[in-house]
Amino acid sequence: MRYPALEAAGPGAAHIAANWWLLFWVCLVVYLLVIAALLIALRRGRPADAEAASEIQRVPNAPRERLIGFVIAISVGVSAIILIIFLAASVITGRALASLSGKENVAIEITGYRWWWKVEYTDLDPSQRMTSANEIHIPVGSPVKLTLKSYDVIHSLWVPELHGKRDLIPGHPNVLRIQADRPGVYYGQCAEFCGLQHAHMRLVVVAEPADKFAAWLAGQREPAKAPTDDNAKRGQQVFLSRPCAFCHNISGTEASGKVAPDLTHVASRLQLGAGAIPNTPGHLAGWILDSQHIKPGNSMPSISLSGDELAALIAYLGGLS
Amino acid sequence: MSDLVNAVASSELRPGPSASAEKQLTTNLSYARKGIYEENGWAVSEGKRLYSWFNCVGCHAHGGGGMGPALMDDQWLYGSAPEQIFATIVQGRPNGMPAFGGKIPEQQLWQLVAYVRSLSGQLSKDVSTTRSDHMSIMPSEQRLEEQNPKPVAPSARPQ
Repeated sequence: MRYPALEAAGPGAAHIAANWWLLFWVCLVVYLLVIAALLIALRRGRPADAEAASEIQRVPNAPRERLIGFVIAISVGVSAIILIIFLAASVITGRALASLSGKENVAIEITGYRWWWKVEYTDLDPSQRMTSANEIHIPVGSPVKLTLKSYDVIHSLWVPELHGKRDLIPGHPNVLRIQADRPGVYYGQCAEFCGLQHAHMRLVVVAEPADKFAAWLAGQREPAKAPTDDNAKRGQQVFLSRPCAFCHNISGTEASGKVAPDLTHVASRLQLGAGAIPNTPGHLAGWILDSQHIKPGNSMPSISLSGDELAALIAYLGGLS
Repeated sequence: MSDLVNAVASSELRPGPSASAEKQLTTNLSYARKGIYEENGWAVSEGKRLYSWFNCVGCHAHGGGGMGPALMDDQWLYGSAPEQIFATIVQGRPNGMPAFGGKIPEQQLWQLVAYVRSLSGQLSKDVSTTRSDHMSIMPSEQRLEEQNPKPVAPSARPQ
């Protein structure tokens, strides 16, 4: 998994990358000058003769000291000017990031849990609200408003190709505007240490053309597909009669738990366990039986199921696209 | 696990201490469970999380009771021993307590049992939770008064 922060795919990351490159080139030049000065000094060295060396220190030499003082003053002045330029550049970048605006057509609430992201597409019409987890889709080329909340501890959202870090603070919603200028799949990561599985707290951002996005959103708003074959029907019964339904929600069924990722369209997602494993039937089965082995400390208990119950459950969940 | 389920399943549904034939088994079990869950601060805090996630709060509030009986007092209609509380959660009880058997994995059941017992001060203070993740609405479990549990006379039971 790559997090190429300098390959900006949106205006937020582009501003940050520009600032980064300015700092990089200026610091590179300063570094080379300092190293060059150091090498010159080493090369000149002290006079080999010890008496001559001590005479330089002992005998006052006014013109020489004036020269040294002048060089130091110039260096300090140049350093101060460079630092002020850096300050101005970062203030300008900060302003540019804060004023990324425009009319947002999409507003998403992201709530950090240990250790996954709850995702809610808000809408003035409550029936159009949509809840998902660990994956968001956004339309290319238009700004998206993210409202960031936390359920438990401080998290931080960072999708390096799209924007800078923004903290999710309990009890204090933060707002972040993001925009993707080219289609693609971008990976995000919790960037504030939040406990044992901090490293396995990833968010997938899929940027796609507006029509594809609209189709995706309409599909996600639908209740879950009813199982058609007998095996999947049995799987649904397993889901509803076992601990699954106690924490997870599947719209259109009686399972309405709100404390764990919404599974209404789980099969449409790219990853499971907030990026811990890819979304394949085998990984899903392993996750259900012993998620504590894959992601120790997460809130999902290990579930004991018989082989055919598990197969039925996987068939059912695999059909929830 | 299966021994335990059998013991729980065959225990009489009437309130009060379990029949003497089962007493030995449940006593042994309770020693085992106590070590794993009731002396483990993490297990108790997990129990606290599940207590609100599984909506025990909805009826029992944060121990003070509401629609359901209080859990922080000394009155126990169906027994206060860990395995009795376990049985109460698994089987459900008359007048509204649902049966959670099969819905909650065994490990989480015992975590809940440990937390429920901490509400009446039955666990040692260093195990009980000391603070809430959210806004505090009661003294911490650690500061709750230790109760001396006693069964309630049949006439006092809610009908």
